[in-house]
Amino acid sequence: MINEDAVYYSRILTELTLSFHIIYATIGVGIPLFIMIAQWIGIRKNDEHYILLARRWTRGYAITVAVGVVTGTAIGLLLSLLWPKFMEVAGHIIALPLFMETFAFFFEAIFLGIYLYTWDRFANQFKHLLLLIPVAIGSSVSAVFITTVNAFMNSPRGFDLVNGELMNANPIVAMFNPSMPTKVSHVVATAFMTSAFILASIAAYRILRGSKHVYHRKALHLTLTTGLIFSVSSLIIGDLSGKYLAQYQPEKLAAAEWHFETQKEAPLLLLGFLSDDGDVRFSIKIPYALSILAHGSPTAEVTGLDRIPKDERPPLYIHYLFNIMVGIGTLLIIVPLLYWIGIKRKWTWIKNKTFMWLLVLGGPLSMIAIEAGWWLNEVGRQPWVLYGVMRTAEGATTSEQVDLMLWMFSALYMMLGIGSVIVLTRMFNKNPIERELKERYT
Amino acid sequence: MDLEIIGILVLWTFLFGYTMIASIDFGAGFFNAYSEFTGKEHILSSIIQRYLSPVWEVTNVFLVFFFVGIVGFFPRTAFYYGTTLLVPVGIAIILLGIRGAYYAFATYGKTKQKRYTFLYGASGLLLPASLSIVFTISEGGFVSINHGEPRLDYWALFTSPLTWGIVILSITALLYISAVFLTWYADQAKDKRASQLLRTYALTWAFPTIIAAVGIIYILRSHNPIHYENLLQLWWMFAISFIFFLGTVWLLIRKINYGLAFTLLVAQFAFAFYGYGFAHYPYLLYPHLTIYDSFTNKAMAISLISAFIAGLALLIPSLYLLLKLFLFNKDYVHGQASRHY
Ligand code: HDD
Ligand code: HEM
Ligand code: HEM
Repeated sequence: MINEDAVYYSRILTELTLSFHIIYATIGVGIPLFIMIAQWIGIRKNDEHYILLARRWTRGYAITVAVGVVTGTAIGLLLSLLWPKFMEVAGHIIALPLFMETFAFFFEAIFLGIYLYTWDRFANQFKHLLLLIPVAIGSSVSAVFITTVNAFMNSPRGFDLVNGELMNANPIVAMFNPSMPTKVSHVVATAFMTSAFILASIAAYRILRGSKHVYHRKALHLTLTTGLIFSVSSLIIGDLSGKYLAQYQPEKLAAAEWHFETQKEAPLLLLGFLSDDGDVRFSIKIPYALSILAHGSPTAEVTGLDRIPKDERPPLYIHYLFNIMVGIGTLLIIVPLLYWIGIKRKWTWIKNKTFMWLLVLGGPLSMIAIEAGWWLNEVGRQPWVLYGVMRTAEGATTSEQVDLMLWMFSALYMMLGIGSVIVLTRMFNKNPIERELKERYT
Repeated sequence: MDLEIIGILVLWTFLFGYTMIASIDFGAGFFNAYSEFTGKEHILSSIIQRYLSPVWEVTNVFLVFFFVGIVGFFPRTAFYYGTTLLVPVGIAIILLGIRGAYYAFATYGKTKQKRYTFLYGASGLLLPASLSIVFTISEGGFVSINHGEPRLDYWALFTSPLTWGIVILSITALLYISAVFLTWYADQAKDKRASQLLRTYALTWAFPTIIAAVGIIYILRSHNPIHYENLLQLWWMFAISFIFFLGTVWLLIRKINYGLAFTLLVAQFAFAFYGYGFAHYPYLLYPHLTIYDSFTNKAMAISLISAFIAGLALLIPSLYLLLKLFLFNKDYVHGQASRHY
């Protein structure tokens, strides 16, 4: 029995919750690394600016973590409430990483609590820095585990289907499924990348607002150089993700690329839109590029949508999502590269307003790329919730009250979203760096 | 021992842990708000804030651990409870969200507002009410199977004395547990006034807790005779629990050794909680679901248990460190160590 309304509202509520959680989760995975780097440099060079950088980032981080915990708890429970049949199956095969994730949370939560309340409590600053290591490990490892679960949804392994019954479960094989290596590394790399650009945005914004303090220059330099490293690795791993798709989920790649007919020497379509009669208009065609992206060779054959049964084709709008993600990824390699060369060559225009605004945009843009990437990944898997095993509609609840829940949760997220923006801006506006530096030395 | 029993024992233990520390947390939030309304905030606020801030995320993880673990060990519960609990647990999540927002905005963000404090305190009382519905439903009689789909009968649920009995118990117990703990904590901090005020709260809520508990057992006699019979078989566990209760109350009245009073309280609730749990065995949901027919496969069970043991090896030292730095650290508890970040 399938309740169409319940399926519809469950999908919207899941999408909403995850899209909201992922903002805080991405920041939660990435920022500890940067706090760690800043505090380490600060201790090594005995430079108070870096220590303060770490300290101020931590204050903001505590707030995003709190919202991340709330929304994460919500999604964790909602998965069972909205997708009971899916979770029953998932519980049998992929519960192990979900379970281990809670230990990672535990670990992170304990040490974060300690770290937050022990500034100035140790004579030796290094001891305090050490407390941050479990926080960074805990949050990255929890991203690894949860992404493993999602990878399993895209390429379920580790069980046999006998007359519709799941048999011979093997949790280890289920964890190390084909989608896991690329997915996990792409998610972690992009989380670091996004955090770097968000922190860079803040520094660039302060400079634009007229602050001449060298503190912001140091922050900008640190975040943009590390950001460049992570955006290049995101590109490389993203390319590997494409190759994974070509082999294991060809319809997702075909839909993302509007690749309708199976062919060799396949071209890559950039931008463009679909006319009402299904023709691609105004797109840029790059010869051989799709064959290279999919298989690493210009002559390789790439499966098109013609080989996929009609009722198993994902929605075609994921092409736009793919373009947004890749476009932003490319831009965020070029911009920090220009900045970096500019610093070495002493170009002055990298300090002008337009370029600074571009840096301010980097943070929001990378968050948009994260959202686009996840939507590409999840929508591209449709109509399956467990690829090839269970359709989305079969996994959903049959409860009558999902729409009510949707309204209540929308209100909650609205409050959390607006609240966190207000509180974060107020916190830093009330206490600008110039003042904090002065207070510490008087 | 069966893998099923190991699984449920692990989960039950974490649920017990959650009910204890969450009670402290929820109750503290309530007393905090209450003191602000009665103009006693200068007595209570600082002691409560000092305890709560570093540990709230840890409290939350206990809950996460429980619901992730139960889907792992007993996947079929996702089907039965997931379908029926959407509304009560949905409301609980929203309330948890309000509490999280309080930490994020008021504690970390340092924006103090009476409104937040009030919402935060109220959520502490509503949460046990909405979460305890799970216990009520597990007693059976509220879920029926329709075309293979479980359905919750809200009318029966809200008109049942059992529901309200459990709601009342959860609230009184929460206030009692919290007050006893905070009496001890304030005493450690040498904050005499806070400790005395909390002690009167503790004594106020002690007997209502016991009365509610006895009332529930009485209601169960007609609602779920099997469970009732099993409870009677385990009468000695509840007798021991009651003796511990008297011990706590006696120490509180004599104003001595609050640490021991709290220890006895934990023992009291442990005996009652496990006694209730053993009597419930083997049902997860009367009469539809037992721990045996909902259990996961063997490979998963073994890997979960191994992960659990490895995880504990990591956790116990870390938790010890947390307690040592904040709960048992004289400077911190006295408010002398820096609390800036
Ligand atoms: C800052 C964010 C960001 C950026 C700049 C990129 N990606 Fe990405 N991408 C993600 C953030 C992301 C993500 C949010 O992490 C996704 C969603 C689900 C997942 O596994 O990772 C993802 C998924 C994802 C997938 C789908 C994998 C699947 O469904 O199994 C492919 C093929 C790519 N990416 C490829 C790329 C390429 C070729 C990029 C070139 C620059 C790129 N991504 C940049
Ligand atoms: C362990 C990880 C994840 C699990 C178990 C999971 C589970 C699900 C489920 C059950 C659905 C229902 C299918 C549907 O609504 O169509 C879904 C869809 C969706 N999920 Fe995921 N998800 C995971 C990760 C994520 C993340 C991190 C995001 C990012 C924000 C995300 C975004 C979405 C979106 C946007 C949809 C809607 C797709 C559509 O309706 O077309 N998911 N997911
Ligand atoms: C279906 C998908 C997801 C579920 C069920 C889920 C579940 C949760 C839960 C229960 C929490 C709260 C833990 C606590 O109490 O401390 C949480 C927080 C968190 N989640 Fe998610 N999560 C999902 C998706 C993701 C993804 C895709 C990422 C990373 C890319 C992620 C990263 C985090 C992080 C780092 C936290 C800790 C809070 C923070 O540090 O900001 N989650 N999540």
